[in-house]
Amino acid sequence: MDISTLTRLDDTRWRLEPSGRMRVPAVLYGDESLLRDMDDKVREQAANVAALPGIVQAVEVMPDAHWGYGFPIGGVAAFDADAGGVVCAGGVGFDISCGVRTLHTGLEEAELRTRQASLADALLSHIPAGLGSQSGITLGAGEMEAMLRGGAAWAVQQGWGEPRDLRRIEEGGCMAGAQPEHVSERARKRQRREMGTLGSGNHYLEVQAVDEVFDPAVAEAFGLSPGEVVVTIHCGSRGLGHQIGTDFLRDMLPAAAAAGIDLPDRELACVPLRSALGERYLGAMRAAMNCALANREILAHFAREVFADHFPGCRLELLFDVSHNTCKEETHRVDGRERRLFVHRKGATRAFGPGHPDLPDDLRAVGQPVLIGGSMGTGSHVLVGTEPTVSGAFASACHGAGRAMSRHAARRRWQGRDVVDELARRGILVRSPSMRGVAEEAPGAYKDVDGVVLAAERAGLARRVARLRPLICIKG
Amino acid sequence: MKGSEANESWALLPHDADVVVEGRGATPEAAFAQAARALTHAITDTPVAAREAVTVTCRAPDRELLLVEWLNAVIYEMAVGGRLFDRFAVVIVADGDAGWQLTATLWGEPLDRARHAPACEAKGATYSALTVHADTQGGWVARCVIDV
Repeated sequence: MDISTLTRLDDTRWRLEPSGRMRVPAVLYGDESLLRDMDDKVREQAANVAALPGIVQAVEVMPDAHWGYGFPIGGVAAFDADAGGVVCAGGVGFDISCGVRTLHTGLEEAELRTRQASLADALLSHIPAGLGSQSGITLGAGEMEAMLRGGAAWAVQQGWGEPRDLRRIEEGGCMAGAQPEHVSERARKRQRREMGTLGSGNHYLEVQAVDEVFDPAVAEAFGLSPGEVVVTIHCGSRGLGHQIGTDFLRDMLPAAAAAGIDLPDRELACVPLRSALGERYLGAMRAAMNCALANREILAHFAREVFADHFPGCRLELLFDVSHNTCKEETHRVDGRERRLFVHRKGATRAFGPGHPDLPDDLRAVGQPVLIGGSMGTGSHVLVGTEPTVSGAFASACHGAGRAMSRHAARRRWQGRDVVDELARRGILVRSPSMRGVAEEAPGAYKDVDGVVLAAERAGLARRVARLRPLICIKG
Repeated sequence: MKGSEANESWALLPHDADVVVEGRGATPEAAFAQAARALTHAITDTPVAAREAVTVTCRAPDRELLLVEWLNAVIYEMAVGGRLFDRFAVVIVADGDAGWQLTATLWGEPLDRARHAPACEAKGATYSALTVHADTQGGWVARCVIDV
């Protein structure tokens, strides 16, 4: 990105001043190196989002941002319904409520390594990963309805999960306001046999070791200690979310024109929050959030079965489950007053600081775990939310390393088999149905996740707690 | 990645996070068919046999939106039927004042996870980098970003 077009606020915050149709500025977070490495299209897309009606304060662009469709991936934008604010299907994306959950195993790395290869093979065979994989779960019409209303709580009722998990999932495992009646038949049909599947692309299940602790007090509160083994799952709402995104993107385009919204990019098709279509989208999107929460709960159940088989007595306790493709109604202080806003986070993680009323009782004093997935070779991070006054980014942080290279370029540069062999030499076992998929997700195709989270910390978005090093990666 | 035969070709163009599919041909129909082939090749390098046929119909007010509807129809059939397709016969006709109507036959086969080793999953076609236009040589280009 050409950073000469930005105003440097400090070492990790840069402002794109309003110009043309922009109603608010865009604030980009990251050090100079991260900003220079971003595509200019990130700035263009942020400027387009800043032109949408009812946008509040600024478009916030996270340090892992990259060129998306409509919104930049890593973009945060809040809208006020009372000020003509909009809801934008493209601002959530196709993989509604895609997110990450991390579970404690109670195992030490040395213990896990005694059965590492066998565990990797068993996880590959039990965790449906990749296009076309199925868990064997088929939902009838009534079950689909119950899942869309109940989320992870529904999965627990079905026996896929533990009741105690729910308090460690955003929204208590069940997103209120879901309206399955606005979920199309096509979306339901796509999801009928996709519950309990990981999906493809950058979705994964990893077994990881706590490699380094940055904040011992918060790490202790999170139950993380050096050498401890955890399991992290990254996936979303599968075909149901994809189809809801497709359905509403199509419907919002003519509706935006009818509402007199002059779109800077058709992919930003949006409608007023206070409109029939806006409310239908929110109801359907919340149902898709429940689908994602249920899906991750079921996948964790499958992982628990494999771990219990390999390590008798091993129970995977949920640290936290947080989504990074959402639109949520939240209260934020803007210009000295509290306002109810609809915060779109597309590739950005909600990061509530200490004392936030929506946090579970046992985490409220320390803040929300912010789970950041890296690439399969370079590790992941656990961060903690900071006081809301520290950053103005609507309590948001990065969501991953962010791609540094296209899939196309990655495939030309690496062979999947070589990537798997190289990682195996470093003690990381990768299992995937597709070697081409592994090449496209090669560690070198991603930005340095350590640099991204350090920039997030320096910008006050969230604080580093622990670094996780991969031991096993099941790649979809 | 790209492929071509006669006056038709498909290509996968670079994008930071997703993929750009592009089809080229002598007519809009041929360009649409080639864009769908690019979509399939975003998923697998393995040849897809034309063993089964599915018919789809979609409508849109302009050609560009029709391309998105078309690719989403292919994605839906892939997802629900568990199939991959690599041969397409596309017919586009004016739909009165409503724009355009597309009818197509898709030929393919059930996804074989071992043989096709799918690298990714197409989630949906987007309006980003969306274009359907005649090029300077008189051929047609159809292109957009697919979320994978």
